[in-house]
This record gives sequence, C-alpha cells and structure tokens, in this order.
Amino acid sequence: MIPVADFWNSTVGKKTVVAVTGTILVGYLILHMVGNLNSLFGPGGAEPRVDWYSGWLREIAEPLFPYAGVLWLARVILLGSIVIHITGVLQLNSRNRAARPSRYPARRIGRSWESGTMLVSGLLVLAFIIFHILQFTTLSITVTPLEHGAVYFNLYNAFQEWYFVVIYLAALVLVGIHLRHGIWSLVQTLGLDSPARNRGIRYGATALTLVIVIGFALVPVLFWTGVLGAPETEAAIASLAGGTA
Amino acid sequence: MNLPDAKIPPGPIEKKWQTWLDQHRLVGPNNRSDSKVIVIGTGLAGASAAASLAAQGFRVESFCFQDSSRRAHSIAAQGGINAAKDYANEGDSVRRLFHDTMKGGDFRSREANVWRLAELSENIIDQAVAQGVPFNREYGGQLATRSFGGVLVQRTFYSRGQTGQQLLLGAYSALQHQVASGNAVVHDRHEMLDLVLVDGQARGVIVRNLVTGEIERHAADAVILASGGYTNVYYLSTNAMGSNVTAAWRAHRHGALMANPCYTQIHPTCIPQSGEYQSKLTLMSESLRNDGRVWVPRKPGDDRAPTDIPDQERYYYLEERYPAFGNLAPRDIASRAAKVVCDDGLGVGGTGRGVYLDFRDAIAERGHDVIEGRYGNLFEMYENITGDNPYETPMMIYPAPHYAMGGLWVDYELQTTIPGLFAIGEANFSDHGANRLGASALMQTLADGYFIAPHTVAHYLTGDREPVSTSDSAFEQAEDAVESHITRLMDVDGTTAAQVFHREMGNVMLDNCGMARNAEGLERALTEIRAIKRDFWSDLRVDPGRDEFNQSLEYANRVSDFLELGELMCVDALRREESCGGHFREEHQTPDGEALRDDDRFAKVTAWEYRGEQGDPVPHDEPLTFENVKLATRSYK
Amino acid sequence: MKFKLEIWRQFETGEEGHFETFEVDGIDPEASFLEMLDQLNERLTGEKRRTVAFDSDCREGICGSCSLVIDDTPHGPRQVTSCQTYMRDFEDGSTIRVEPFRSTSFPVIRDLVTDRGALDRVIQAGGYTGATTGPQPEPNSMPVAPEVQERAMDAAICIGCGACVAACPNGSAMLFTGAKVTHLNLLPQGQPERANRAIAMVDQMDQEGFGGCTNFGECSRVCPQEISLDVIGMLNREYRRGRLGKRPKDPPAMRAQ
Ligand SMILES: Cc1cc2nc3c(=O)[nH]c(=O)nc-3n(C[C@H](O)[C@H](O)[C@H](O)COP(=O)(O)OP(=O)(O)OC[C@H]3O[C@@H](n4cnc5c(N)ncnc54)[C@H](O)[C@@H]3O)c2cc1C
Ligand code: HEM
Ligand code: HEM
Ligand code: SF4
Ligand code: F3S
Ligand code: FES
Repeated sequence: MIPVADFWNSTVGKKTVVAVTGTILVGYLILHMVGNLNSLFGPGGAEPRVDWYSGWLREIAEPLFPYAGVLWLARVILLGSIVIHITGVLQLNSRNRAARPSRYPARRIGRSWESGTMLVSGLLVLAFIIFHILQFTTLSITVTPLEHGAVYFNLYNAFQEWYFVVIYLAALVLVGIHLRHGIWSLVQTLGLDSPARNRGIRYGATALTLVIVIGFALVPVLFWTGVLGAPETEAAIASLAGGTA
Repeated sequence: MNLPDAKIPPGPIEKKWQTWLDQHRLVGPNNRSDSKVIVIGTGLAGASAAASLAAQGFRVESFCFQDSSRRAHSIAAQGGINAAKDYANEGDSVRRLFHDTMKGGDFRSREANVWRLAELSENIIDQAVAQGVPFNREYGGQLATRSFGGVLVQRTFYSRGQTGQQLLLGAYSALQHQVASGNAVVHDRHEMLDLVLVDGQARGVIVRNLVTGEIERHAADAVILASGGYTNVYYLSTNAMGSNVTAAWRAHRHGALMANPCYTQIHPTCIPQSGEYQSKLTLMSESLRNDGRVWVPRKPGDDRAPTDIPDQERYYYLEERYPAFGNLAPRDIASRAAKVVCDDGLGVGGTGRGVYLDFRDAIAERGHDVIEGRYGNLFEMYENITGDNPYETPMMIYPAPHYAMGGLWVDYELQTTIPGLFAIGEANFSDHGANRLGASALMQTLADGYFIAPHTVAHYLTGDREPVSTSDSAFEQAEDAVESHITRLMDVDGTTAAQVFHREMGNVMLDNCGMARNAEGLERALTEIRAIKRDFWSDLRVDPGRDEFNQSLEYANRVSDFLELGELMCVDALRREESCGGHFREEHQTPDGEALRDDDRFAKVTAWEYRGEQGDPVPHDEPLTFENVKLATRSYK
Repeated sequence: MKFKLEIWRQFETGEEGHFETFEVDGIDPEASFLEMLDQLNERLTGEKRRTVAFDSDCREGICGSCSLVIDDTPHGPRQVTSCQTYMRDFEDGSTIRVEPFRSTSFPVIRDLVTDRGALDRVIQAGGYTGATTGPQPEPNSMPVAPEVQERAMDAAICIGCGACVAACPNGSAMLFTGAKVTHLNLLPQGQPERANRAIAMVDQMDQEGFGGCTNFGECSRVCPQEISLDVIGMLNREYRRGRLGKRPKDPPAMRAQ
C-alpha cells in the first residue's frame, strides 16, 4: 500500500487521481444527461418514459442486488469521486500557491480563461450539486410540488418557474466552463496527448462539453417553453386537484 | 628555469599511449577516497574529468563561476565533434585524422599528443552515446556524419546545431550522477582566484564565493584547471561573457608556463558587428560552409541588394583561390581571405566588414526542406539576431576571435610545470598547434577529460605528499594576496566601469594582434595596453561591498588579468617571426599572400615564464620533432 | 531610442524588494536587452551608483543564464531568451518593467539574479544514464530511428533557464523535468533507469517546493526552446508506470530495427 500513499503524496500522482475521478464524474454526467433526455418522450400517459427510466435505475439487477442496490453502489462511487476530486484539488492548490511568491505578476500568457478559474467553477458546481440533490433526490426544496418516483412531474413543475430555469442554465454554464478545460486537461494528465493529437483533443473537449451542456439544457428549456406538456399521471392530477382546492 | 621534459613515451607513435597506460602506477580502489582532486571548470573538459575521477572513487571538488555547472561555455559549441570512425566508408583512419590535425595546425603541435587525440576520438563518441547524447541519425538508425572545414572526409558527428550543448549535458549529467552518489561536490558561483603551492606542489585553491563574497580555502592532492580559453581578451569574441583567463593566469604567476599565447583563432563565420554597444559576437557554425557559398561583389561599393547581383559580378573568392577545398578551406585561411577582400574595399554591410554566405544554390539544388533540416536552427538564430531571412537573402558574416590555441604548457601527462597542477581542455596549449580545425576542440576537451587526465592524475596521486590542511601558512599567504588584490581594485574608486577598459583593450588587440600582425603594430599595441592598464588602475570603479554579491568586482578582477595577458600575447607574437596558422605576420608571406613558415627557427613551442609585474617574461622553447608527418607547405589549393 | 525602466531592486535574499525607475536614452534598436542594461550599468558606475545585477553568460540563447521577466513575461515578448530580446521589439519611449524569475524555489540573490540550484538537484535525482566512463558498446549496435532521435532532441535542447517555472502560475517545474525524462526515456540508452527516473525526479521536484501542474500551458508558451507540453504528458505517463509497478512498455517508435 506504500506505493499508493507515495503516489497520492506526489504532485503528479495527486493530479492523476484528480483526473481519474474527473473522468468518472464526466462519465456520470454523460449517463445522467442521456437519462434526462428520456423526458423528451413527453408525458406519455400513465407512466412517462423518464419515470420508467428512474424506476428501472432502481430495479437493475434486482434479483442479484437489493432494490436500488446498483444505484447505491453508483452513488458511493460518485460521492467518493467527488470527495477525492475536491480533496486532491484543494491540496494541490495550496501547494501551488506556496510555490509562488505572493507578488507574482498575474499576467496571463495565453492561458485559457477556463483553466484559470477551475477552482471557482468547480466549487460553484459543487454548490449546485448540493442544491440539486436537495431538490430532486431528497425532494427537500418544495417550492414546487415534488413527488417520489414522479420525475417527469417534478421536472415539469420546477421548470415552470423562471428562476429554476435560470439557476439550472447558469449551473450548466459553469459545468461547461469546468469541462472545457477539464476534459482536455485529463487527457493531458493521463498522458494521452501528443503534439499530433493536441488540436483534435482540444476540439474534442469543446465538442463534448457542448454536447453535455446542450443535452442537459434541452430539458429545462423545453419544459419552460411548453414544448413538453403537463404530466398526466395520477399523482399529477391529484396534486393539481389539491393545488386548486 | 628549464622547460621540463614533455615525458613522451618511447616507441612507435601508434603504441605510445598504450605503452604509457601499461606502465602507469595505479591507486587501489580502497585508497582512492583518501585522495582529493580539485577541478576548476565544468565545461566539457572539467565536467568529464570530474565525473570520471569521481566514478573511479576519488573525492572530487568541482568549481565554476556560473550559477550552474551546466552553463559552462562549452554549451555554445554548435557544429560537431570529429572522430575517426569511418562510418561514411571513405577510408578514414586514425592516421588520417592525425595527419589532418597536424597539417591543420600548420605543423606546430606535438605529434604524440595529436596521435593520442585521434586514437581516443572513437571512444568519445561511444561514451557520449552511452550517456544518451542524441547525435543525429541516418534512416536506418546509424549515426550520421558530415564534413567540416579543412578536411576531405565526413567524420564530424553532430546533434543538430547544438552538439556542444548535448555533449556538455551528457558530461554534466554524469557529474550530477556522481554528486548524487556522494563522490563529487560541485561549487557553483565560486571563482578560483589563486593557486596554493606547498613544497612546490599544487595543493589547493583560494576561491571567492560569488554570492556571499567569502574567500574560501580548499585543499587537495592535485588541482586540474579546466577553465577554458581566454579569447575574451579581444572583448568582442564568440566566447561567453564570463570566459576569462584568471585561473590560468594566477597559475602562471605561480610558475606555470604559458605556451604560444599569441595563437588565437579568428573564426570566419560570425555575424558582423553592428554597433559600439555590442557585447559579443555570435558564431554561425562553420558547418554552414558545407552548403553555403562565400562571395563579395566584384565591384567595390556595389550597393545593389545581393539577390540582384548576377553571378558573373560575384567574386566567389574562396572557390577561386582554393579550388580543392573551396568554401571548406580551414578557418585561418578563410578568415584572412575575408579580411583581404574587405581591405580591398569589396566588403558589404554597414561597416564594409562583411561578406556574403549564400544558400541560394544549395536551396535550388537540394530543396528548402533539406537545408532546413540541416541548418534550421542556425537560420532561425540568424534571423533572430539580424532580422534577415537567410532562405531569401544571403547571410552576412565576418571573422571574429573565437578560440585560444595557446594556454598553459603541459607535458604528455597534461601536467603543467607545477607538479600536481594539470591543465586540460582549452586552458592548455593543447594539441591544435597554430590553428585548430573545426570540430576538434570538443574532441580534445573530452579526450583530455574522459580518457587522459583520469589516468595521468591518478598516476600522479601515487607519488609522495605530506598531508596539508587549509590552516597551512601557504593558504594564509595566498588568501592574503587575494584579499589585497581585491582591496587594490576597490580602492581605485574612480568613475569608469571595467567593461570600458576591456573594450578599449579589445580594440587594440584586434587591430594589432588579430588576423594580421606586424612588428610595428605589436609594439604600438604594447604601449597602448600599458597605457590602458595605467588608466585602469587609476580610474576603475567597482561597486562597494566585497562581502556580498558584486558582479562589477568579478568583472574588474578578470579584466586586470586580461590586461597582463594581452601584453604577453603581443610579446609572443613579436618574437615569432614567421607566419603559421592563425598567427599571420605580414612581414612573412608568400607573393600570393599565403602564410610563410620558418621551420628552421620556429618549429617549436614557446613557453613563457612570469617574472613579476615589472619584470619581462622569459621564453623557453620546446623543439618540435616530426617523424610521422612530412613538414610541408600547407596548401588547400 | 529612449526608455523608462522599472527595475526590481533587492539587496539580498529575504529582503523586501522594490521597483526603481531609470531612464535610458540613445539606445540602438539593434542592441539586445542585456546590452541596454550594460549601458545603464556603465552610466550608473560613472554616477557612483550601485549597478543592477543580472545573470548572463553566452548571450546567444544557449546557456540559460539570463533570466529576466520583461513586462511580466519571462524572457520578454518574443519567446526567445532575454539575451536574444532586442530593443527593436519595444516601442520607443515606452516603459518597461524588469523583474527576476519568481518562484519560491528560486530565491532572489540580488536584484534580477536568482538561485536556480533546485533545477540541478532535480537532475541529480535521476537526469542521467548510469554509464560511467569506460568502454562502451558500439553506438551503431543500438540503432535509433531518426524520428525517435528527433523527438528526444526536441526535448533534450532544454537550456535549463527556468522560464517555465517563472511563467507557471503554480511555479511548477514540470516542463523542465518532463523534457529531461522525455529525452532519456525515449532513447535505448535511457532504458535501464527508466522506471525509476521519473519517480525520483518528480519526488525531488516536489521536495524542492515546485508546484504541481494544472495544465495551464504557459510554460511552453514562454519556453525559448519551444519545448512542447507533450513532455508533461510523457512525464505523467512515465511516473504512473514507474510508480504503479507496471513494466514500462516501449513506445513503438523506439524499437530497434
Ligand atoms: C560559439 C562557439 C562554438 C564552438 N563550436 C565548436 C564546435 O562546433 N566544435 C568544436 O570542436 N569546438 C567548438 N568550439 C570550441 C569549444 O567549444 C571550446 O573550445 C570548448 O568547449 C572548451 O571547453 P573547456 O571545457 O575547455 O572550457 P569551457 O567550456 O570554457 O569551461 C570553462 C569552465 O571553467 C570555469 N572557470 C573559468 N575560470 C574559472 C575560475 N577562475 N574559477 C572557477 N571556475 C572557472 C567556468 O565556469 C567553466 O565552467 C566552439 C566555441 C565557441 C565559442
Ligand atoms: C438541467 C439539468 C438537470 C436535470 C433536469 C437533472 C435532473 C435530475 C433528476 C430528476 C434527478 C433525480 C433522479 C432520480 O432520482 O431518479 C437528478 C439527480 C442527480 N443529478 Fe441531476 N439534473 C440536471 C443536471 C445535473 C448536473 C449538471 C449535475 C452535476 C454536475 C447533476 C447531478 C445529479 C446528481 C449527483 C444526482 C443524484 C443522483 C442520485 O444519487 O440519485 N444533475 N438530476
Ligand atoms: C464539485 C466540485 C468540484 C471542484 C471544486 C472541482 C475542481 C476542479 C479543479 C480545480 C480542477 C483543476 C485541477 C487540475 O487541473 O489539476 C478540476 C479538474 C477537473 N474536474 Fe473538477 N471540480 C469539481 C467537480 C467536478 C465535476 C462534477 C466534474 C465532472 C463532471 C469534474 C470534472 C473535472 C475534470 C474532468 C477535471 C480535469 C482533471 C485534470 O485536469 O486532469 N469536476 N476540478
Ligand atoms: S523547458 Fe524551456 S523554459 Fe523550461 S528550463 Fe527548459 S528551456 Fe527553459
Ligand atoms: S504553466 Fe504550469 S500548470 Fe503545467 S502546463 Fe505549464 S507547468
Ligand atoms: S545569456 Fe546564455 S542564454 Fe542568455
């Protein structure tokens, strides 16, 4: 186990860990985005496609694992990744500040704007994630009606409010900023870059970032603009009835 | 004082070095750590010697004045290094390399040394490759070679245009390896200011820690000077700003003889001077002459753009005067030819002191890409400095002082006239005679450092010596001398920077002891240098503060030694009444302006003895004998 | 030409520094930046004022001694060494700020002179092949494809100036270290120590207090030898392979043929 400790203690090792956890997080984001796009199938009668998907997530491999087992496993990996990612980033950051005398002229020599703001964009994304989980996973932010298992319903209601749409779009911009440098950076950190490939990888990173951001953004935007209609499930009707009462 | 024996082993020339190796005394592995060796300088010679001795198990203390040992002036060598490997299958051999070097040096070097140099050349390449030096390769992965001035074979190995850098980084990393293993210590930003003799043997040095100003004493069993060349005596030269003669000169003052000080090489392909303020001249590698053609307009004062001058109005003077070698004529010849055409008013550029080096035909013949592959970084460097693009318009070049063939006199074991004091690399008077061929300095520094000094120094270390400590009175005296020299420099308290005196003296040297010399000019130079010296000691100013970082003090100290060296160079040039290699006495030339040697009177090395600041230096002659080459008029026609 | 210079003055390590303003006039546009400072120093000497300390030696861009931050950019505006920066690159009459290379691992000795010994110690940790002086194999018995030689050479030309450290917002020496590891690890002669080299050099780099790389890329943009960021990727890769105990796999280009 000593090698692992040494690895983690060196700047290069730590950075590699940040990149690997970053990759896991990006991987999750892609899956999450694809999952979310299920809402584009619309209200779809009694069970919206996205609700089915949410349920499916919890029932995966059910005979083998308990209900939501795989989901919990994924959650543990995700949480671990975020914690390790942030720990690594913060430790590197304090080390890097120490390596620099305080009166360093802050001139940027062609460094991209995104690369200089990774810590800020990352921390804001963290704030968003906390808020986001409180809203859609623990259903604690009950400004708009929320119902267990009724994802379509929850989303529809949230994104009828302009401020939620704005919060999500803003968060996505931050995610985009973080990823545009982050995706290229992880390729470099993992040593997969080369002069011949560099341009391609830079474009690739931007393209993937755009796909992720736009993919996510479609959901709030389409709800807000009314392209995706109101849910027709029992819960929705009940809640609406309650609402009008 | 008589010149000691050069200790050349008996027997046929091919066997001499092996004979020496077979008979020299050895230090047992367990006893080596009892001996300490000081190495001054971390250039190719110093770093390679320090690394090799440390790897054998001796304790090595190495010194350089730069902030890192990797920055020694050897780093700037561009073109390449010779070796008689005959990879190009041209019938090259040790004998041919030996012969070319003897002839290139205009028959003013020691046969035995030159043979050994040629013999060791192959090992150097092997050693460097093993250290990871990335020499250029052919398709198929074999080492590539090219040709260089003064020879008709391709025996020059190179790493793009950064051969010196790569070789030095190889030697430097070998030395750093020894530092990591605890066998060697490198003191950077330390300058040797005096040599310490105990019982007539070199037993230590006094150095100044350039950061704290502290004067330190270091004792050892032997001292190796690898402090490089002194061509900076000309102020404007291709050498680094810090290159100086101080270490060698202080040894000279203690009795080490200075040999052939007047032999300096003026390199033909440098970027011409553009203004008064200029602090150094930049060399463009001689390898450029492989593909570039040298010319001037036939019409004096022709101010058309070079590309507008048609071929028949161009004077390709090297090709016309030296048809066999053409643009590849040796350096002394190419330099003097450039001087002659410029003296005739054919020179180009703002000062009229420039000739063209044209790649038009090479680009047309071989294509832009091939030329770029060979010289890309040199072209870039040229463009950086001058703002002109050599792919489109010819380069402008002019000769500049470059290399010191003279230096401390050493015997076959590279020991000076002071027992225990060795001199290697450019610091010794070396193996190049009166002119050094391209790509052979690197060869000599590394032969000295990797393969000769480690054995001869070890051999010396088997001799008898008393233990010394730095509290010995000899150290005290030397330290006092250093302190009082510094006091003297600081006490002048005038208003002029050392650099100003250096520049003045450089001009005098270049005008009178440069590419062409005559008795009258040399006499004049002596008077002028003495006047500058007086001014120096009455109007110098250095920054106050001796116990601290003080670059103006460092500089002034070096100039004080250059002033003395300059005098000796002129004295030596006056005494050598013949023309040979880089030493061209106008009184001694053939009707068509070639150098005229006088083998009867001057087939010898002149080694000068120091006789105090007021006394006149005394010459000692070492006759040169030639058994393996025929003394011939050197012809490159 | 005429300039106003704001030059960093610091008497010794640890002391508070400050900027001092000087005016210089009559500067030839073809003079190099260092020659301009020489002229200033000659004048200061005449005025019996303390001269400005700065490092230089070869003055042709190869030794790596010169180390000025000119207008907030290590080595100045043109991505060449300070000594190869010419006054023609500046606007007549402009104000130019001159500072030393700054990094916690490069303490200032005086004015514009710093101690870059940390870079030597990184080399001591592993920047060599183990070959000591003595008989060596015939070089052509280990052919090196020209492409591999070129790549090794592209990295080997690092002049050890430390501009990369001065430019990096993290004070990281990854470009310098990466260059040496790339040079040696690509060549057949560098293989025996290959796995260990990256580990030892990275550990030393960390001990010297250099920061970690977050891929800003500024180092490569000021590097006078145009060392590519690729060497950092290579270093990361070599470090990981070495540390995680996997036998390093030779990159295909390197195989003897
Ligand atoms: C621009 C240029 C290009 C060249 N190109 C070639 C080429 O292509 N091929 C070739 O064969 N030759 C070439 N040469 C010549 C060759 O580079 C030198 O002759 C050779 O490198 C000298 O090496 P050295 O080890 O003797 O001394 P240097 O490399 O000059 O080293 C001198 C060392 O001594 C130290 N030192 C000096 N004085 C003191 C002191 N008082 N105290 C402490 N330390 C001191 C310095 O710090 C330095 O470390 C070239 C030379 C120049 C100038
Ligand atoms: C507009 C964009 C987004 C929408 C509509 C959205 C929607 C949702 C919904 C509905 C859930 C609950 C799913 C369920 O319980 O089955 C959820 C969970 C989650 N989302 Fe998002 N999300 C968006 C963007 C993001 C972003 C950008 C991130 C990360 C940066 C993110 C991270 C998470 C996390 C970590 C969970 C918790 C997963 C779990 O543990 O179950 N989401 N999201
Ligand atoms: C939660 C708070 C987060 C913080 C504070 C944070 C911070 C950072 C910082 C400062 C970096 C730059 C580090 C470096 O380049 O060395 C970084 C890199 C990265 N981050 Fe984050 N991040 C966070 C969340 C995320 C999330 C949610 C993702 C993925 C969706 C992510 C993906 C990445 C990636 C891919 C990298 C590149 C790794 C590399 O440079 O090798 N990060 N992060
Ligand atoms: S990598 Fe470039 S900037 Fe860094 S030390 Fe080497 S040459 Fe200088
Ligand atoms: S600028 Fe610094 S962050 Fe990395 S890419 Fe260069 S070392
Ligand atoms: S002085 Fe040598 S690189 Fe600038």
